[in-house]
Amino acid sequence: MDSRPPSPAPVGKSAGITIALVGNPNTGKSTLFSALCGVPARIGNYPGVTVEKKIGRYRDESGAVTVVDLPGTYSLAARTLDEKVSVDVLLGRQADVPSLEVIVVVVDVTNLERNLYLFTQLRQLGKPTLLVLNMWDRATATGIKVDLQALSERLGTRVVTASASRKQGIGGVKQAIRELSALAAAEKQSIFSAEVQAETAAIQQWTEQQAGVVLAPFLAERLLFDRDGAHAQELQRKPGLTDLSNQLQASRQRLADAGQKIPALETATRYSWIRSQLDGVVHRPAETHGSTSDSIDRVMTHRVWGLIIFAAIMFVVFQAITWGTGWAMDRINDDVMPAIAGVVESVLPPGTLRSLLNDGIVAGVGSVLVFLPQILMLFFFIGLLEDCGYMARAAFVMDKLMTKLGLSGKSFLPLMSSFACAVPGIMATRVIENRRDRMVTILVAPLMSCSARLPVYILLIYAFVPQITWLGGWIGLQGLVLFLMHIVGLVVAVPVAWLLKRFFFPGDVPPFVMELPSYKMPSPGVVFFRVWERAEAFITRAGTLIFCTSILVWAAGYFPGDHTRQHEIDQRLEAMSEPASEAEVAEYASLLEEQRSLSGRLIEGSALGIAGKAIEPVVRPLGWDWKIGVGVIASFPAREVIIATLGTIYSLGGDSEEASLQSAIRESKWPDGRPVFTISVALSIMVFFALCAQCAATLMVIKRETNSWRWPAFTFAYMTLLAYVGALLTYQVGSRLIG
Amino acid sequence: MPSLADISAGQSATIVEILGEDSIAIRLMEMGLTEGETILFVGSAPLGDPIEVSIRGYRLSLRRAEAQRVQIQLSPAPSVSDSN
Repeated sequence: MDSRPPSPAPVGKSAGITIALVGNPNTGKSTLFSALCGVPARIGNYPGVTVEKKIGRYRDESGAVTVVDLPGTYSLAARTLDEKVSVDVLLGRQADVPSLEVIVVVVDVTNLERNLYLFTQLRQLGKPTLLVLNMWDRATATGIKVDLQALSERLGTRVVTASASRKQGIGGVKQAIRELSALAAAEKQSIFSAEVQAETAAIQQWTEQQAGVVLAPFLAERLLFDRDGAHAQELQRKPGLTDLSNQLQASRQRLADAGQKIPALETATRYSWIRSQLDGVVHRPAETHGSTSDSIDRVMTHRVWGLIIFAAIMFVVFQAITWGTGWAMDRINDDVMPAIAGVVESVLPPGTLRSLLNDGIVAGVGSVLVFLPQILMLFFFIGLLEDCGYMARAAFVMDKLMTKLGLSGKSFLPLMSSFACAVPGIMATRVIENRRDRMVTILVAPLMSCSARLPVYILLIYAFVPQITWLGGWIGLQGLVLFLMHIVGLVVAVPVAWLLKRFFFPGDVPPFVMELPSYKMPSPGVVFFRVWERAEAFITRAGTLIFCTSILVWAAGYFPGDHTRQHEIDQRLEAMSEPASEAEVAEYASLLEEQRSLSGRLIEGSALGIAGKAIEPVVRPLGWDWKIGVGVIASFPAREVIIATLGTIYSLGGDSEEASLQSAIRESKWPDGRPVFTISVALSIMVFFALCAQCAATLMVIKRETNSWRWPAFTFAYMTLLAYVGALLTYQVGSRLIG
Repeated sequence: MPSLADISAGQSATIVEILGEDSIAIRLMEMGLTEGETILFVGSAPLGDPIEVSIRGYRLSLRRAEAQRVQIQLSPAPSVSDSN
C-alpha cells in the first residue's frame, strides 16, 4: 500500500542515487536492508568511531541505488561522537558517504507513537522522506488499522507499508524511493512554539554573522536542545564561534523564563504533536500489546521459572558452542588441514617454501577457520533469541547480577560466550549500545577462560597434579584445579572492570532503559542473515591479520638456521613411507630420532629461540626456563600452540602425543639436575595462560570492533602484566608452600 | 511525591515529572515518559530489579534507580484494560 501527500514539482535527479535507512532498534530495519540489497553488503567502520558502516546496493529500472544502513536509534540528539556520525551522514557532512537523495524511516507500525519520535526529528532535515510502516502483517493480525492517506497528508510525507521479514512490500518501497528521489523536499513547518523558533533563528543568525556558518534548521534545533551536545563542541572550535555555548545557554535561559524548559520541552512538544497527528488516523484495539506476548512474559520473567528457563536456555547455547562445534573443529584440524598439507607435500619437495605453506599459511588459516564453527553456532543462537524477542528478556533477567560486576544485563551473553571463545563473545557485544559498557565488556571478555586454554590445563594438570579424590571419588583434586583455572579469570575480571570504569571510561552509570519487544516466531531469513554477516566479517577482516601474524611467527621460528639436513631427512622419510625390512625400520627410527633432535636444535637457534634465551632472566622468577619462555612467545597467535612448540623444543617433533610430551616435561632438568617442572611451575604456567592475551584472533577482533589499534594493544599489555604478576605470585607462594 | 519505583505490579499512574536534566532523564523522556502520560507497572525481573512498565502501547524496562526519577500520581482506580 502506498500513500502520498500533495507533491512538489520534480527536480530531475540522475539515475544513481544514495539513500539512508533510519529507525528505532527492533523495527526490522536490518531485515529491510537485506531484503532490499540481498546479502553481500560492505561492512566497515566510520573513521575514528566504533559505529559500523553498512552499505549495500541494488538496481531498479532507472539505475543503481546505494543504501546506507544507519545504526538503530531512538533519537538524533547527539551527545557523543558515535551518535554524531548518523547525523553527519544524514546532513551529507560525512566525508566518505555521498549526499543522500532520500531518507527512509523504518517504523514498527504496532508501536507507531514512540517510533515516530525519531521521524519528527528527521522531518526537519530538508530531504524527501519515505515512511515505511514495517511489520504490517502484525498490525493486520492484531487488528490495528491505519488510514494511510490521512497519515501521509498529516505527516507531509510519503507512506508505504511492508513486512520485511516476509519480503512483502519491498517492490513498493523501491518504487517509492525512486519516485521520491526525483522530487525536492517540501518545506516543513516547525512544530515548536514561536519562542523556540525565534531562538533557533537567532542561533542561525549569530553563527552566520560571527563566522559565516549557515546552519541547517535541524542543526540549529539540535544546538538549542542538546546541552553539551557533540555538534556544539565541534562548532565551538571554529574561530568566531568560541562563545557559542554561552549564546546557547542564554537562549535556553530565555525559554526557561518563558516557562519552556529544556530538555522536557523538546520531548513534550514532539510527543504531543505525534498524538495529535495520529488522532483519528490510527485505530488500535483495546488490548494493544498482544495478550500472547504478555502470557509468555509472565512465565519468562517469573521469579522462579524465569531464572530456571534462563539457565536452561544458556545451558543449551553454551553446550552447543562448546561441544556441538567440537566435531566440526576436529574435522578442520584433523581432516581438512592434513588433507591440504598432504596436497602441498605431494606437489612440493621438503624445503623453505613447503614449510612456509604448511607450517605458516595452512596452520595460520586453520587457526582462523577453527573458530568458525563456534561463531556460526553462537550467532545462530543470538539471531534466534534476538529475533524471537528473548534477548531483551535475558538482559532484563540478568541485569541485577551484572550490575554487581559494574556492567549491565546486556553484557551477560557476550561474557558467557567468551567461556567458549572470546572471538564470537566480543563480536556479540554489539547488542550493548552504551559505549562504556560495550568497551569494558570487550576488554574483560578475553579474561573468561576459553576452550583454547583447555589443552594447556589438561596437559599440565595430568602431568603434575596428583590424583587425589575426596567424598568417595566425587571430588578430585585435578578437577578442582581445572575448575579454579576457569574461575580465576572471572574473579580477576571484577576488579579489572571496576578499574576500567573508574579510570578509562569515567562518567555516570549508563542507564538501563530498554525496550522489551513482543515475542514472535523467528524468521529463518533474519537468522541466516545475522549468521552470514558475522561469519563474513570475521573471515575477511580478522582472518587476513591473523594470517599475517602466523607467517611472522613461522618466520621467527624458522630463521636463521640451516634446514638442509632437516629437509634431506624429510625427503628420505617420505621416500620410505612403508619400511619393509628390519634394517629399514631401524633406519627409519634413527632418522626420526635425528629429525627430532635436529628440529629442537633449529628452533633453539632460531630468532624465537634466541628471544626465548634473552627473556630467560625475566621468566626465571616465575620458575620457568628458556624453553617455556619460547613456548609462550610462540603461542602469541593462539594459546594451544604452546603444546606444539614445547613438543618441538623437547625434540618430539610437532605432532607430539600428549602422553610422551607429559613424560618429556616431567623428566626435563635444569643444568644442576633439579627438575624444571614442579607443581608450582605447572600452576604458574596455567595461571599465566588463564590471564594472558595470547590469542591473535581475539586481539584482531578487538581491533575490528573498537576500530582502533589502541585497544588491542591495551588489552595485550594489561593482560600480559596480569598474567605475569599472577604467575609470579603463584610460583613464589606455591614453591614455598608445596615445593 | 511517590515515584514509579514505589508502586507494585498491576498499578498504573500518571507521570508528573522526570527529575533531573542529565542524559538519563532525557533518555526516559525520549522513550515517551512525558508529563501527563499514563504508565502501567507490569512487573519486575526475577531478582526484583529492573522493572517492566507499559507506556504508549509498548513495554519498557528500566532500573529502580531510574524509576525513582519518575515522579507519579497514582491513578484513582487500578487499570483493568491493560492487565488482561
